Amino acid sequence: MIGIDGITKRYGKAVALSGVSLEVAEGEIFAYLGPNGAGKTTTIRILTGLTRLTDGAAVLNGYDIAASPLNAKRQCGLVPQAVNLDNELSVRENLDIHGRLFGMPGRARRERMAVLLEYVGLEGKEGVQIKKLSGGLKRRAMIARALMHEPRILFLDEPSVGLDPAIRRKIWGLIRQIQADGTTIFLTTHYIEEAEFLADRVAFLDEGRIVALDSPDALMGSLGQWSVDLLANNHMETRHFETRQDAQSYAASREGSFTVRRVNLEDAFLAQTGKKIQ
Amino acid sequence: MSVGTSMRGTVMSGWFAVYFREMLILRRRLPRLMASMAVSPLLYVIAFGYAMGDQIMPGGRPYLEFLIPGLCAMSSMTQAWGIASEINISRFYWHIFEEFQAAPVSGFAYVTAEVLAGVTRTLLAVCIIIAIGALFGVRLWYGPLFWLAVALNAFVFASLAVASAMLVKSHADQAMATSFIITPMAFLGGTFFPVERLPQWAGMIVNLLPLTHASRAVRLAAYGQLPPWGSYWLLAGLGGIAFLAAQRCVRMARD
Repeated sequence: MIGIDGITKRYGKAVALSGVSLEVAEGEIFAYLGPNGAGKTTTIRILTGLTRLTDGAAVLNGYDIAASPLNAKRQCGLVPQAVNLDNELSVRENLDIHGRLFGMPGRARRERMAVLLEYVGLEGKEGVQIKKLSGGLKRRAMIARALMHEPRILFLDEPSVGLDPAIRRKIWGLIRQIQADGTTIFLTTHYIEEAEFLADRVAFLDEGRIVALDSPDALMGSLGQWSVDLLANNHMETRHFETRQDAQSYAASREGSFTVRRVNLEDAFLAQTGKKIQ
Repeated sequence: MSVGTSMRGTVMSGWFAVYFREMLILRRRLPRLMASMAVSPLLYVIAFGYAMGDQIMPGGRPYLEFLIPGLCAMSSMTQAWGIASEINISRFYWHIFEEFQAAPVSGFAYVTAEVLAGVTRTLLAVCIIIAIGALFGVRLWYGPLFWLAVALNAFVFASLAVASAMLVKSHADQAMATSFIITPMAFLGGTFFPVERLPQWAGMIVNLLPLTHASRAVRLAAYGQLPPWGSYWLLAGLGGIAFLAAQRCVRMARD
């Protein structure tokens, strides 16, 4: 569904992306995990036509983004990180304009809008101006807008950034539902739990390069199942173990305060890059 | 129906969506926009026309009859150019421009829509000036050649506005372009005084400005005379070049 072959983006001498290659299968939720400035948003901007490639190639549902950009754009919907809805217009007007941009006839727009407003939980709010909506509702409106033209691929750039935990969970549920309905999802995040909860596969991105790519379980499983965070002499040390018993035995044998917990993607990222994500 | 896979577009696909969006915004802001469109012409009419009008008779006509067509021409420039600020705000502040960039809308379709929005806005502003003129007793002939000159001048400056909005890196850059290009042209392009009164060397320079040709054509048409066709061709040619430049700038606007 998505094929990326050695894409590179340079801004002058600065390299934002360096030879990134990957494939995303139809119906998959693929997460791009990395710290700020790793190149996550740059990748999405390239794939959705907002940023030019310096080198490499990418194909969306069979359409090359450079050779056939308008057809490639028809395959995808984009929910950018920053809210980019028309504040002065209503939810209905924002969705309607999007449908028109993608050439949807009037009846198809109206029917699709009715379905989506219910789908994202915005029924009854279609006439409300965007500026009067909360952050969570704006995010839902953006997701509804991106889905208006029934894209095969949905790009979500930090879909739950800035939202409180309860709203974040609702957005995750919505993303799962969109996947269940057959849409391929490519999301960027720097929230560990978001990638763990949602993704079928995760790519770790650091300084414009993919340093690891696998399922969350495989990435975490390479370290073990359990972790011990040990704080002694103002120094934090983390070790990983296969069993909880081993972890607890290790912690009991050392001086200092400790926490025993499950291995997470942050541990896997740290092991790969020597850096923390957040 | 899966739009993502079944719909095929043309080079003009999506132009109406962009234009429709501009019209929705215009409708929402209409009362304050009309008020703002009326302020400057009203002040010019009071200050230059009403107060000084008795002492100046360009071409043997009352100064207000000279001023109103000039203001129409000037307004067709400033209002069309004004879309640059709107595009800038949607690009740098609201990021709505990205919604258009991510849609299957060609540069040609996008520029067509924005230029049409600029022309629409201009026609509204010119109607307001004509109404102000009528309030002050100015009755002129607003026939097809008058509106053609207004529309062509708006076409030139709306196209330049789109190009400029794509090239600038901030609102401050846009304001600078307005200060150095539009404001001098507004005062020198035959709006407030007959260009023929300038020294020959200055007249030659001023005759290179599109607004000078627009003012001449708009004024003669409003007097019921036949304006020089050369002015129309010049405006159409400049507009065409600016339109092509705007398309290129839209393509270059991707980082």
